[in-house]
Amino acid sequence: MAAAWYLAANAAGNLAARHMGLGFGFLGDTANFDIPFKLIAWDDSNSYARALLVCTLNTLLVSLMSIIAATLLGLLVGIMRLSANWLVRNIALVFIELVRNTPQLVQIIFWYVAVLQTLPPIRQSIALPGGLLLNIRGLYLPILHIRDGSTALTWLAVALLLATPLLWPARVAGRRIGAWALLSAAGAAVAFAATVEDVEMPALRGFNIGGGTQIPPELVALWAGLTIYGSAFIAEIVRAAIMAVPNGQREAALGLGLHPGQVLTHVVLPQAVRIMIPPMTSQYLNIIKGSSLGAAVAYPELFQIFAGTVLNQSGRELETILILMAIFLTISLLTSAFMNWYNRRVALVER
Amino acid sequence: MLLPGISSPPAPRVNHAGGAGLYAAPGIALRWLTMLSGKPDDRPLRRQRDWLQMTHSEADNMLRSCVRAVLVGGICAGLLGWAGAPARAEVNSPTLDAIKKRGELICGIDTGIPGYAFQDSSGEWQGLDVSYCRAIADAVLGSPKKVKFIPLTAKVRFTVLKSGEIDVLIRDSEHSFKRNTDMGLEEPAVNFFTGQTFMVRKSLGVKHLKELDGATMCVETGTTLETNIADYNRSNNIKIKTLLFEKPEEAFAAAESGRCDGYTDDGGSVAAARSTMKTPADWMFIPETIGGLQPLGPLTRQGDEAWTRLVKWVHYSMLEAEVLGITKANAAEKAKNPTDPDVRRFFGVEGDFGKLLGVDNGWAGRIVMDIGNYGELYEATFGSNGGLGLPRGMNNLFSNGGLQTLPTWH
Repeated sequence: MAAAWYLAANAAGNLAARHMGLGFGFLGDTANFDIPFKLIAWDDSNSYARALLVCTLNTLLVSLMSIIAATLLGLLVGIMRLSANWLVRNIALVFIELVRNTPQLVQIIFWYVAVLQTLPPIRQSIALPGGLLLNIRGLYLPILHIRDGSTALTWLAVALLLATPLLWPARVAGRRIGAWALLSAAGAAVAFAATVEDVEMPALRGFNIGGGTQIPPELVALWAGLTIYGSAFIAEIVRAAIMAVPNGQREAALGLGLHPGQVLTHVVLPQAVRIMIPPMTSQYLNIIKGSSLGAAVAYPELFQIFAGTVLNQSGRELETILILMAIFLTISLLTSAFMNWYNRRVALVER
Repeated sequence: MLLPGISSPPAPRVNHAGGAGLYAAPGIALRWLTMLSGKPDDRPLRRQRDWLQMTHSEADNMLRSCVRAVLVGGICAGLLGWAGAPARAEVNSPTLDAIKKRGELICGIDTGIPGYAFQDSSGEWQGLDVSYCRAIADAVLGSPKKVKFIPLTAKVRFTVLKSGEIDVLIRDSEHSFKRNTDMGLEEPAVNFFTGQTFMVRKSLGVKHLKELDGATMCVETGTTLETNIADYNRSNNIKIKTLLFEKPEEAFAAAESGRCDGYTDDGGSVAAARSTMKTPADWMFIPETIGGLQPLGPLTRQGDEAWTRLVKWVHYSMLEAEVLGITKANAAEKAKNPTDPDVRRFFGVEGDFGKLLGVDNGWAGRIVMDIGNYGELYEATFGSNGGLGLPRGMNNLFSNGGLQTLPTWH
């Protein structure tokens, strides 16, 4: 308490000595700069507060994408690491040791400079099937324009499509639905096609590819860097958790006549999940915090836009850094609150 | 992770003013203690009592002695003042004191850009801004080598300067209204006039800036460049996009690889960028500039006028040398028995110009002998004599149609 008080008093004293006030009024000022990648509308004449929202969403996007991808990849590598096959086991080992023992920043810059910057220039774009274009500026996807007033139908179609795998094992009057579930998917596809007004294909226009939507290489590099680095650690967590499941469980399952795949998915993994959740939480937090390395590859996330451009233009060092810390703290605390809730939900209830 | 400087203030002004705050502290503490212990401070009362008990003659005597004391004191003070007249402009600068005590100037420079600040093949820092750091060290400490260079990104430069980790920032930084007022910085001198310039591949066939609608430019983040582009977009109703990088090298590399259509920065930096490209001849400058005139130069913290003044006059001394025709080569020659009054003042033979800045009188002569005059420095860094081949243009002396002007030395 005393130390915090001293630090606060010291900061206030030094601010006064430098004729710097502490205030958050600057957030309403016009930003007057461009943000190259955004999820919501952004205009140069918007305020700093809007810039904060735009870059927070960018940070959340890359964090969420990385967490999902790192979990899946980590699970795969962790299981590979325990495989009975020598080659599979050692590929996983080399991957983990290589990734875990090189700095994360170096990896992100590697993906950006050594991999993505060697793609061809826009005039020699690689045309992928489905009208996709791949070049040094990123991956260009076609976008669909939905007819006015039919948004609800579109969402219904998406929901139907997502529900199809859930319908598959369901039973009606004691009989499995099975292949009949495909009917809902087909219905969804028809409904979806009906709502699409037209498809906008990416094409070369002037300096850039016009039309369609773009996934910039900065996002891909950061995503790849965070995912692959995180997955190596997650793989080790997965391996540790699987090995922590008592061997008797496995033997009993095999004794009941389940084949090895079933043993893994029905017996071992459900128990391993309980063990891996707490260390996984801190790994997820590392991924979220690591997203600030995006500044090195020009990805407009919180740290680059807010602690970079906004800080420099407004000259409000203390305020911008305080806001930045508060936002990261909030995201991290919410993540761990969710993971703790999930942990309690799946924990064994012992009586 | 608070800002480093906030917790450790550099050269606090109070301490240098004779430690007044420090000496007053015990007295204040004592008064507080007596207040806390409830013992009344009765000194004024006692004095009042003494006054009442005095006789008239005693009072007269006292008055007389008071008048005498005032007179004597006044004459003494006058004498002292006269004797100490040359020291009347005693330079009081915490930054200058700190540098002299440290024996080293701490100078904030760019992280590496030809022309302004870059490391040569032997690892030595070179460039226009670097030479300014050396010139200041030469003036203050008598040697151009007594400098510690701190390479700073555009993003952190002002924070580092304001927190006091560096003495002066000479990092191709634009002088602006907001930096001078809102951000609490001083702008002593302009060592490079330029304008925001765009560099694109010749093969794009762009002639005017407006044709760049839809193009993406690689830019260094945390600069006025982004704002200038935003303004240009708004006033011309076009859209030039930007991709923001931490360091100029990263932005150069991305432009080279084709991630952006070009690179934009001040004229000097763009010339530097072109010199680092694989085939510089493939790249061209668009003739138009935006953001008006960009004056670049050193920046200092507010609240130390004497230090800001010194930085300003180091710049003027290099211009003065050029006006007087004093060069690195002929300086030693010209310093011997000069007759021209201006040259006599420059070399400190006449007048106390160094002392008025808080340094010795040979400061200006040393700068030109070790670094050269402004014109020589420009040619060696940006110009054709070992530099980037950028014509001097706006950076010529006023007498040659440029913008570099200077006050007289009287």
